[in-house]
Amino acid sequence: MTVITWVVEGTWAACIDATRRLAPDNADIVLLHVTGGDVSAAAHGAYAGLLGRGPRRDRDPGPRLAELGAASAAELLEAAARALGRPCTTMERRGRVEREVVAAAEGAELLVLARDGDDTRLGPKSLGPASRFVVDHAPCPVLLVWPRETPGTGSIPTPPPHQHPHSHPHPHPPGPGSPR
Amino acid sequence: MLGEVAAEAISVAMLALVLGFAVVRPWGWGEAVVAVPAAILVIAVGAISPHRALVEAERLGPIIGFLAAVLILAQLCQDEGLFRACGDWMARGAAKRPTRLLTRVFIVASVTTAVLSLDATVVLLTPIVFATAARLNARAKPYVYSTTHLANSASLLLPVSNLTNLIAFAASGLSFPRFAGLMLVPWLAAIAVEYVVFRRFFRTDLNVTPAPTQAAGTAGLPVFALIVLVLTLAGFAVTSLAGVNPAWAAAAGAAVLGVRALVRRHTTPAAVWRAAGVPFLAFVLALGIVVTGVTENGLAGALMRVMPSGTTLPALLATAALAAALANVINNLPAVLVLLPLAAATGPGAVLAVLIGTNIGPNLTYAGSLATLLWRRVLREHGQGEPDLAEFTRLGLLTVPAGLVLATVALWAGLKVIGG
Repeated sequence: MTVITWVVEGTWAACIDATRRLAPDNADIVLLHVTGGDVSAAAHGAYAGLLGRGPRRDRDPGPRLAELGAASAAELLEAAARALGRPCTTMERRGRVEREVVAAAEGAELLVLARDGDDTRLGPKSLGPASRFVVDHAPCPVLLVWPRETPGTGSIPTPPPHQHPHSHPHPHPPGPGSPR
Repeated sequence: MLGEVAAEAISVAMLALVLGFAVVRPWGWGEAVVAVPAAILVIAVGAISPHRALVEAERLGPIIGFLAAVLILAQLCQDEGLFRACGDWMARGAAKRPTRLLTRVFIVASVTTAVLSLDATVVLLTPIVFATAARLNARAKPYVYSTTHLANSASLLLPVSNLTNLIAFAASGLSFPRFAGLMLVPWLAAIAVEYVVFRRFFRTDLNVTPAPTQAAGTAGLPVFALIVLVLTLAGFAVTSLAGVNPAWAAAAGAAVLGVRALVRRHTTPAAVWRAAGVPFLAFVLALGIVVTGVTENGLAGALMRVMPSGTTLPALLATAALAAALANVINNLPAVLVLLPLAAATGPGAVLAVLIGTNIGPNLTYAGSLATLLWRRVLREHGQGEPDLAEFTRLGLLTVPAGLVLATVALWAGLKVIGG
């Protein structure tokens, strides 16, 4: 089976831990990193917006950022592979991050990723836009891990009392097929 | 002599050609390739007299010299390792603390823009900020976006911070310290707006605690370069108060660092020449002459009707908004050249309000203006990747109107307290 672990700056260590513990021994582990083009393009845009400075590649920060990004992605994947301590392959992709992850996960048997939002309490805000997109569109089973300690169930806010002013225990709670 | 209508038509056509060429930059040509012949044509057909062109050249000459000195100064500071040292300072103590890194990036980008101009921030600081974030294993986006935003919004403080300021400074009649005094609080207000918005906008990315993969470097501070910079800043105030053009202070600073770097072989004469950006300087001069042709053959009269006069708060707000709108259509450089003669007639307050508009306004789009943005969308820049336009525009809409209003209110209050 193929297990794809999405390596992201800041949160990858938890994904690597989970992969090491939970991926079967015979799994082909692929460490995936995606570099979005948006940051280097924004830097290039800032230079392009300076009127009259000329199309000078030596001054344009865009290509320089793309180079630095490629180097740091390679280092990150290397550090992640070392931390995993198991045989694995690495894969670097460029493009719109969330879409590249979904595309790379096609045909895999498991995708491991970390929550990238508010990691202090359980709830929907623990997924940022990128991981939300990947979870919603993943073409395979997903293992979603907390980047740091998992918050306790006590972090779920209690429902406001006025929502069920005369609540009676349902003897037969409505099943998934019931009309709403 | 050409009739006014024909002269205006030719000047407008030339301006459109110059700006269009500058936005498109076809075949990798420099912008001056079209701008200089266009300026010569405007003079040759008599749209402006040779004498008027000479007056404009005499006005822009010292500004261009000032600009060249600042560009060289920034490059020499880079050669001495100033920005590398800034990168180490930003990284130090900011490991595992993304918001502290953001704060430090804000400080460095704001001061760099103010002292060494927005070119230094975009060209020299942005790669350092990216490398610093990568080194700390932090997500680079909030930090890189801060430098691109602050290159514009933090360029209010000093005449040297932005070419628009240099042009306006010469026309405002203000001394260097007075300019800085009036713009200090607007500058801080614009940065504060950016900081508050960035903290909220990027809270997801800033919430992640990065585990650094590399130790922070310990590049030594280039003490000599820093001392020269501080003395140059002091020189700006001293020369200006003594009635000497502060460009000489910049030239002296650049000369000291340049000679030292040449002697120590940290740079070459060719590199210094390249840093001065001579084609850029020629472009600015040519653009100034073409714009003069446009304004003096009718545009000034037309703009006079929409340009608010006076320095009441509503008038200042309207002036800043008009300047921001004009800057966003094409670019802030022609916007300043067009609006300045009108604002200068009203007084220094109106001139500074124009600058607030032209400097903060370009953050609405990631490419500085709609023209550049649209062209880049058309071009699609051979798969280079694109910023998320919706995201960048939301960021612009959150920062630009608030920044414009707060900075203008601060300017108005400053004018009340210390006078224009």
